[in-house]
Amino acid sequence: MNERKFDYFINGEKDKWEVIIGLEVHAQVSSKSKLFSSSSTQFGAKPNTQVSLVDSAFPGMLPVINQFCIEQSIKTGLGLKAKINLNSVFDRKNYFYADLPQGYQISQYQNPIVGEGEVVLDMPYGTKRVGIERLHLEQDAGKSIHDMDPENSFVDLNRSGVALMEIVSKPDLRSPEEVNSYVKKLRSIMRYIGTCDGNMQEGSLRADVNVSVRKVGDKKFGTRCEIKNVNSIRFMEMAIAFEAKRQVELLESGKKIDQETRLYDTKKNTTRSMRSKEDAHDYRYFPDPDLLPLNLDKSLIDKLKKELPELPDQKKERFIKEHNLSPYEANILVSEKEISEYYEKVIKESDKKLATNWIIVELFAVLNKKNLPISESPISAKNLSSLIKMISSGKISGKIAKVVFEKMQNGDRDPNQIVEKEGLIQQSDPKELEQIILDVLSKNQDKVTQYKSGKVKLFGYFVGEAMKISKGKANPKLVNDILKTKLK
Amino acid sequence: MSKISELSLTKIVNGIKKKEFTSLEVTNEFIENSKKSRKLNSYITECFDEATKSAKNFDQKKDFKGLLSGVPIAVKDLFCTKNVKTTAGSKILHNFIPTYESTVTNNLWSQGAFLLGKLNCDEFAMGSSNETSFFGNVSNPYGKELVPGGSSGGSASALAAELTPATIGTDTGGSIRQPASFTGTVGLKPTYGRCSRWGIVAFASSLDQAGPMTKNVEDCALLLQAMSGYDYKDSTSIDTKVDNYSSNLTEKVKGLKIGIPKEYRVENMPKEIDDLWKSGIDYLKDAGAIIKNISLPHTIYALPAYYIVAPAEASSNLARYDGVKYGHRAKGKNLNEMYENTRSEGFGDEVKRRILIGTYVLSSGYYDAYYLKAQKVRQLIKSDFDKSFNDVDAILTPSTPSSAFKIGDKSDDPVSMYLNDIFTVPINLSGLPAISVPAGHDKNNLPLGLQLIGRPFDEQTILNLSLAIEKRANFNRNFKNWWS
Amino acid sequence: MSIDKNTVKHISKLARISLDEKKTASLSKDLTSIMKFIEKLNKLNTEKTKPLTSIIDASLKTRKDEIKDGKIRDQILKNSPEKNEEFFVVPKVIE
Repeated sequence: MNERKFDYFINGEKDKWEVIIGLEVHAQVSSKSKLFSSSSTQFGAKPNTQVSLVDSAFPGMLPVINQFCIEQSIKTGLGLKAKINLNSVFDRKNYFYADLPQGYQISQYQNPIVGEGEVVLDMPYGTKRVGIERLHLEQDAGKSIHDMDPENSFVDLNRSGVALMEIVSKPDLRSPEEVNSYVKKLRSIMRYIGTCDGNMQEGSLRADVNVSVRKVGDKKFGTRCEIKNVNSIRFMEMAIAFEAKRQVELLESGKKIDQETRLYDTKKNTTRSMRSKEDAHDYRYFPDPDLLPLNLDKSLIDKLKKELPELPDQKKERFIKEHNLSPYEANILVSEKEISEYYEKVIKESDKKLATNWIIVELFAVLNKKNLPISESPISAKNLSSLIKMISSGKISGKIAKVVFEKMQNGDRDPNQIVEKEGLIQQSDPKELEQIILDVLSKNQDKVTQYKSGKVKLFGYFVGEAMKISKGKANPKLVNDILKTKLK
Repeated sequence: MSKISELSLTKIVNGIKKKEFTSLEVTNEFIENSKKSRKLNSYITECFDEATKSAKNFDQKKDFKGLLSGVPIAVKDLFCTKNVKTTAGSKILHNFIPTYESTVTNNLWSQGAFLLGKLNCDEFAMGSSNETSFFGNVSNPYGKELVPGGSSGGSASALAAELTPATIGTDTGGSIRQPASFTGTVGLKPTYGRCSRWGIVAFASSLDQAGPMTKNVEDCALLLQAMSGYDYKDSTSIDTKVDNYSSNLTEKVKGLKIGIPKEYRVENMPKEIDDLWKSGIDYLKDAGAIIKNISLPHTIYALPAYYIVAPAEASSNLARYDGVKYGHRAKGKNLNEMYENTRSEGFGDEVKRRILIGTYVLSSGYYDAYYLKAQKVRQLIKSDFDKSFNDVDAILTPSTPSSAFKIGDKSDDPVSMYLNDIFTVPINLSGLPAISVPAGHDKNNLPLGLQLIGRPFDEQTILNLSLAIEKRANFNRNFKNWWS
Repeated sequence: MSIDKNTVKHISKLARISLDEKKTASLSKDLTSIMKFIEKLNKLNTEKTKPLTSIIDASLKTRKDEIKDGKIRDQILKNSPEKNEEFFVVPKVIE
């Protein structure tokens, strides 16, 4: 159900403009050791403690490739429905920087390991297909720290040599919202497969954003600018918005866009040109002579294909079919592997419809408020399942369940225990309820008369009173039924 | 009784085993010789105290199981040696002390040898005369004013002057074979991938190979055996069995087919070189080999292709010398300035030339015209050899287009220096094994070498053929000691 | 193809090697001479030839994903001309 049309345009002084965006996402491969050396990749270690002689480019050092990293990139490619290239080449990308000890980065230029693929997004206005140009493996660089000393920079090579998958999209994205969705989908796919943890705060996922604009109706692409190293989705959205507006203003005032690299200033919410423009990088790519070409056997690809878990798109289709979910609901429940696992645990023993609602509405509200991922949920799937079972069996009402739900959060308490301890079991004995209702009616004779002469709204009042007396424990349906018969 | 240092490596190893002399006696003699020969400038770093300790240690433990048990060996200063300064003949590494040992030198030490010292070489192995070293020129024992060849010039001169019983060098375009030819010694460049490159200061990754430099062919086989082997730390190292080159060494080469490539008969070839070649053919005929004329049509393109590929790879390999992690660092107001000054101060002229050419041929717009083209030419050159080896078992050529020239003769024109490598370079481009064996003299009594080229991993055949030549050539290193 | 002084300046910037005027001039001469020598290759038609992709007829050897290295900070920093206990120290980068 498409609620709205795509509507992200820049309304310039003269024309209506659309924004063309392409992303180069750098995803750190989840592996124990680095791409071409055996040092650890763990985040947060003391400076220069995860550095080998190879990582720091000592004379005579040589690269040896990590088989697992190759497999992780193949799996990611399969998750992107992409072509796996059985023959690929590692090239040297030559440039100088303090965090690049070799003076070159081992990457892949003309023959990457993965070719064209696709990612499908569910936008409010319909399905959006985003083309993947390629995925290649490359080394990450180290880190330079510029703010610890006024005259010097400090270099930490822990990250130098960690395996990165660079995923290049086609220029198919058209709005910050689409970029948001794309990055989340990409992240979700990789987390499902287990090839990248997508932890943007730790730098496992970063993106270079390419932005250009063109008048609506134009076919040609405009000159693009690259905004480098944006490390949160929110910043990506803001940077795109600023950059698109900047470009439109320039073009409408008759100026040209310089093709350049820019940095996003998170404090000012602006992009600015990187000063070293004159040294337009000439990377002088050539095949790395310390490595041989990578020739993969189709049997490996087939084996890895079999090892893939059910991916978000597949799971979504299955959820819709098997669990009778709406696309909207299914989307949310598959958006993270952990959420789908939680859901599937809960519905093992409890009602699907209730489970869907309680997770998407109630649980997510709590997680959002406390800023927790579902893996750190204060309520376990098991206990939520128990709660839902009690609702289904009528042991407690939906309203009471919300109360129990709150109390459960304090240490993931067993709802059965809470209900027992606090006597919250729903009052469903018809005899007892009848007594309460008769009590209410007898105390409100005048209102009964008014109801019988047409003031039907008073029905709610009687229900309310009955609930009050029963301290909310009365089974609402039964109250309704009994009340109806008594008011005839 | 001849001095120990006049003996071959093989005889020294056997002598130590048979207890005819101790490792200490051997070591002391070579140290004495070396100390008296500083005029040659063969050494960059002397490790005499350490060597003496090792010798004493050896004599105590008496472990004779290795191929080189108890023998002191000096090596080219391109091999990283643990806790011993390694300079690559360059100012930019003048104070670099590796905390690790190269695989090849480690292989030698595992066979019972120990380090005598680090030998002079052209800076970063770039040169054919040992005139580009930061640590000064090396003299050829054949004459003070003569170059020993390069880049393994210090190795060749130390070997010929008997300052070390044997040595190892590296060969990227002829840097073992050419100095061997210039000093009347034996030098072998193994098949690419035969010896590990791990821990060797890299010049051109697809061309570099470490190899033995010895006084005779028997020693060469022994040392090759000790050095060779698969190394998982080098992705270009090949996992094939190391033959027992030493015990399989034989003069029996009857029936082997030897190719004589007509393209190696270059324009204005000195008559002496041509005569030497003819003698080589005769020696092998005498040994029962069959001589065949062959054609390697793309030979003339080898040197230009080499001077694209080697500098290109070098320009990238030498980017790590930036003053940040090790070596020389110059002052600079900011990072870029520091880089530029460090590398400007740290690299000599020839290295600068090659880095710039390499940078140029890889730069935007030129990759196809130069580097890619050179790699295609390389394929053609390799195919020439592959085709020939369908008809012949080895190929015989001269090693160098002349004997040792004078220091300073070719320093004006880089290209004239490059022409020294005309016979050796095609072999590096093709990854084949080749050996230079001393076979004659020119009219000035300077040594000349013959080169034998073999099939991939068929070092045995070229060793055997060299032995056959050696036995017939009766070459003697007959220079006078002018330096001590 | 002649390598003029401006080209020399450009490539020396890419290669991070500073050169004075005299050096630039002499290198222009040397490099032009070398390029002339190299251009002999233009005589050869290589249109139909595939470039050499590896001398070795073997497949790229791979290694297992195991942590076998690192934790050698002292060794790593030992040879650095400027360092402190934890980092390599370099002059500031201008950006």
